[in-house]
Amino acid sequence: MLQQMNKRPESLVDVQMHYCPGCGHGVAHRLVAEVMDELGIRERTIGVAPVGCAVFADHYFNCDMIQGPHGRGPAIATGIKRSKPGCIVFSYQGDGDLASIGMAETVHVAGRSENITIVFINNAIYGMTGGQMAPTTLLGQKATTCPAGRDPKVNGYPMRMCEMLATLDGARYLERTSVHNAANVLKTKKALKKAFQYQIEGRGFTMVEILSTCPTNMGITPLDACKFVQDQMLKQYPLGVYKDIQNVSGN
Amino acid sequence: MSEKLLMKGNDALAEGAVRAGCRFFAGYPITPQNEVPEYMSWRQPQVGGAFVQAESEVAAINMLYGAAATGTRSMTSSSSPGISLKQEGISYAAGADLPIFFVNVARGGPGLGNISGAQGDYFQSVRGGGHGDYRTFVMAPYSVEEMGNFPLHCFEVAEKYRVPAMILTDGVLGQMMEPLEFKFPEVDPKTLKEPDWALGECKGRKNRLVGSYDLVEGKLEHVTLARAKRYAQIEAEEVLFEDRLCADADIVLVAYGIAARACSAAVKMARAEGIKVGLFRPITLWPFPKRQLRELADRVQAFLVVEMSLGQLVDDVRLAVEFEAPVHLHARPSGVTPSGEEILKKIKEALKAGKGEPVCSSR
Ligand SMILES: Cc1ncc(C[n+]2csc(CCOP(=O)(O)OP(=O)(O)O)c2C)c(N)n1
Ligand code: SF4
Ligand SMILES: [Mg+2]
Repeated sequence: MLQQMNKRPESLVDVQMHYCPGCGHGVAHRLVAEVMDELGIRERTIGVAPVGCAVFADHYFNCDMIQGPHGRGPAIATGIKRSKPGCIVFSYQGDGDLASIGMAETVHVAGRSENITIVFINNAIYGMTGGQMAPTTLLGQKATTCPAGRDPKVNGYPMRMCEMLATLDGARYLERTSVHNAANVLKTKKALKKAFQYQIEGRGFTMVEILSTCPTNMGITPLDACKFVQDQMLKQYPLGVYKDIQNVSGN
Repeated sequence: MSEKLLMKGNDALAEGAVRAGCRFFAGYPITPQNEVPEYMSWRQPQVGGAFVQAESEVAAINMLYGAAATGTRSMTSSSSPGISLKQEGISYAAGADLPIFFVNVARGGPGLGNISGAQGDYFQSVRGGGHGDYRTFVMAPYSVEEMGNFPLHCFEVAEKYRVPAMILTDGVLGQMMEPLEFKFPEVDPKTLKEPDWALGECKGRKNRLVGSYDLVEGKLEHVTLARAKRYAQIEAEEVLFEDRLCADADIVLVAYGIAARACSAAVKMARAEGIKVGLFRPITLWPFPKRQLRELADRVQAFLVVEMSLGQLVDDVRLAVEFEAPVHLHARPSGVTPSGEEILKKIKEALKAGKGEPVCSSR
């Protein structure tokens, strides 16, 4: 089992990733790659890398990759999928990318039920630009653009994407998971596999929201970052399945 | 192929693109280009292509970015405000060497402006528009027939040099009905060679990357300079223009698109009065026919630039003729098409001014 875990999936390129120690991105990459391996789809998958810390994902996944403007992954994925319907297409996005600048693209790709999968990394912060407030930053959470903590009177409230998208008929599978401990890492992989499986079956839009850690910008240890997810983020962002086409009657 | 059809400019544009092998279209409604997405919405499914009504122009250009990356001949169209929104995506396509094709059926601006034909987006089209150092191949049709036939040329140039290509036209041409002929055999995109950079199934080959960033010090400059060589080649080989009655002309009108049509009327009237007037019409706005204008400058007394913008084209003409001849300007910005009579009046004023200060006017 341990040996199995350490083997690099074929769907990852054999290079050192640049992510900080304790960052959730590396774990999420690995899980997506393992799922691609297990479903045997690497050779027909096209991935879209975001603007954010995961911009280099285009150099990490061992399938055809494209990198485009901040927040536009779902639109790029749409253009690819409509031109190459036989390919499996995923868009990998951070919370600033997906829920702020790219909100319209996110909502509409779900509305169209585009047959693609979004891997959404919610770390409650703008990682790459140095810790500014994200649309997902918790109330009271400190960020460089809300140094006293997020104040709803000034900064508004954190946004829950799975819950929002679940209201749309086009969303076919939505699950929120986490990578802050081993048990949840396994659940995340299961969710990713289901999402990609649904895409293979042509069921329409799927997204897995993964609660993740950014110890660097929170100025805390990787362990404390995991604790932050457990103690704080889970309250605002409950884990679970928010939409599953199999549980929706009339579809 | 050589059958005569009667079509609206915007429909000709869409049909011409489909016949040129376009198999992906994404767009968002805006007057005066609505006929293009409307046409594509039923025409693309007929040829096995895809049509997406995007949630915005921003989304549309990014859909194009994705579709073009798969090697599919892809197109979007919009009108001025929407083209402003697309600029980030166009810059990314330029940086990723993707051959996208887009059309601006321009209207009066700035701001929401109006919905008449205008030429105020000249600088935006030929000077970049988006961020960073890049060029866009720009064609300016002046008839419905050219609207229908230019898309193929745009696709071919875009693919040959891996640059964005655009048609800059306007609301008048877009809405105008005229007879036309598609002067090329219909392209079946399945017969085109798949480019060696296109995304798809990586079975049996190394995976491919499409993108525009490079953080390794000095490397991006390298990439940009390599691209600049292709720009130089485009400037040397892809210039298109039309010159009419320039050989014996004392004064040459310089105009593109719909403004050039108004000029043709003025040339006819002037010639009937014995005034020796010619018309020089750039067909590619970038690359700009610099050398040809410079050569003319040695032979003519003056140029009169007629443009439906405040004075944008005139800059390129002045740069081209290098002060060898006075360059007069007649400018009608924000959605007004000049009449032949008014241009004739300006021709007379310009000739009277001779080698003196250039005459600049609107109205
Ligand atoms: C149009 C545009 N605006 C802003 C930026 C700057 N920018 C780069 S990454 C980023 C935020 C990324 O945060 P997130 O999506 O949460 O990803 P993370 O780094 O946290 O994984 C921003 C604002 C940009 N590159 N482009
Ligand atoms: S800054 Fe945060 S999100 Fe970015 S790599 Fe480091 S830990 Fe990960
Ligand atoms: Mg983030």
